[in-house]
Amino acid sequence: MTIGLTHYLTLAAILFTIGVFGIFLNRKNVIIILMSIELMLLAVNLNLVAFSAYLGDLIGQVFALLVLTVAAGEAAIGLAILVVYFRNRGGIAVEDVSQMKG
Amino acid sequence: MLSNLSLILPELVLFIGAMVLLMYGAFSTKDVTRGVDLGAMGLLVIAAVLALTQSPNGQEVAFNGAFAVDGFTSLMKGLTFIATAVAIAMSRDFMAREKLARFEFSVLLVLAATGMGMMISANDLIALYMGIELQSLALYVVAAINRDSLRSTEAGLKYFVLGALSSGLLLYGASLIYGFSGATGFGDIALAFQPENGQLPIAMTIGLVFLIAGLAFKISAVPFHMWTPDVYEGAPTAVTAFFAAAPKLAGMAIFVRVMMTAFPDAIVAWQQIIIFVSFASMALGAFAAIGQRNIKRLLAYSSIGHMGFALVGFAAGTQDGVAGVVLYMALYAVMTLGTFACVLSMRREGGMVEKIDNLAGLSQTRPFMAACLAIMMFSLAGIPPLAGFFGKLFVFRAAIDAGLYGLSILGVLSSVVGAFYYLRIVKIMYIDAPPEEPYAPMARDMRYLAGASAAFALLFFVYPAPLVELSELAASALFQTPAVEVVTSIARP
Repeated sequence: MTIGLTHYLTLAAILFTIGVFGIFLNRKNVIIILMSIELMLLAVNLNLVAFSAYLGDLIGQVFALLVLTVAAGEAAIGLAILVVYFRNRGGIAVEDVSQMKG
Repeated sequence: MLSNLSLILPELVLFIGAMVLLMYGAFSTKDVTRGVDLGAMGLLVIAAVLALTQSPNGQEVAFNGAFAVDGFTSLMKGLTFIATAVAIAMSRDFMAREKLARFEFSVLLVLAATGMGMMISANDLIALYMGIELQSLALYVVAAINRDSLRSTEAGLKYFVLGALSSGLLLYGASLIYGFSGATGFGDIALAFQPENGQLPIAMTIGLVFLIAGLAFKISAVPFHMWTPDVYEGAPTAVTAFFAAAPKLAGMAIFVRVMMTAFPDAIVAWQQIIIFVSFASMALGAFAAIGQRNIKRLLAYSSIGHMGFALVGFAAGTQDGVAGVVLYMALYAVMTLGTFACVLSMRREGGMVEKIDNLAGLSQTRPFMAACLAIMMFSLAGIPPLAGFFGKLFVFRAAIDAGLYGLSILGVLSSVVGAFYYLRIVKIMYIDAPPEEPYAPMARDMRYLAGASAAFALLFFVYPAPLVELSELAASALFQTPAVEVVTSIARP
């Protein structure tokens, strides 16, 4: 069996779904949410690179590189916000993030 | 190359200006917040003038088609930059009193405005993503700008998590669209699919749905609105005022542009989604706001509802509809900034108050503020002849012309429900008895801003032609009809 485009797309779809569910089902730790976000972005990158190879078109790989860079910036800002939150709250459990409701 | 640079001149001015201001702030030994604020406002006004004056005939593209400038982008950019400048002007007094005055705040707002400009002009999925991220990354930080406050940092955290999720959804959609059309440019995507009977291939439809989900998040339309009330309530009020105006303008602009330029032939595929999102936003904005006690939370639901009304014009998918969206967003930005000028003045000796009940008897203690807020509330409710009514008139007329009777009726009904909570605020201000402790007087800037926007809302009906003409022209740029036809269509009321 040769590994074709479908396999890559299926894997990326599974990873993406795991990422989305990781954000919504996780009740423990905000760090896990950050990891889930990274997982989603990496699934997208897999999609882009697979399409790029399949189409013989370089744009997809350029896109994937840009997504990687932005993901790094996003993680930096996310962690920075998490650190100031931790200073105020003294914890990063997801259940504690509930000052505002209604 | 030089022609490329001349097209991105407004963004270039903002970007380089932001760097200069940042260096100035970082290397000077004194407190330079005031100077940086003024500099940032100056930059934004310059960029707005540049954006508004560069409108070419037809569309001009730069950087291999990744960046486009036309009548639509230049008007929306101008409005966005002005809204950001006004937000900075409103924030200065508030930030100083709350001991939050840091020069980084204006620099971040300028960077966010740069991102909004890039995003409005994006003509390529990559450029779209980069623009959205440049805007969003600055906004996450701004939401958490009060880093010693639990509520502010929690707002920043929530905004970050859900914003990153929406970027992920948008990217996944973009990757599918790229894979099945073989292109990232909006024009090429439109060319790659000449759907029969308006039906897209299934993978393309999935990609489109993900893309719409990501963009709907940015304008806080239902069902992607859940971050809005929490972020509006938790962020410092000056930041909320900014969030309510400029990012909404930019988000709506790029939403309309993506759909109209990349998927013009697939309107059957996305029109249903927009109709649902629009109806759900209007209904939730009307009903969920009724039980709110916090004015910022109430305005969050109000903004969700208003996005729904603007989307009514978009759902029509016609040129009149897009003109209605542009007009609605412009009027909404003025009204919401005026409202926040009043909310930012809800201050007693001890500090800010945010409860709606705190407004009781405002007409006796601060008659000017009460009058301004009342005009804003009537206008937001869409009561003629105030400005908000005309926004609704234009979008609903376009929807009825496009045959969307059901959506129009539901929209008008939810507008009636929404009027309840706007009018309740007026009732509290004018009928309820005032408390012992009056508000501190409005700051001078706030008085001018609230007065100016109230006057605008009150007198818009006297001479609405310029703004209506501008929005018609902007919409025509998206549909590339000859300019002569546009002029004749303005004559309608």
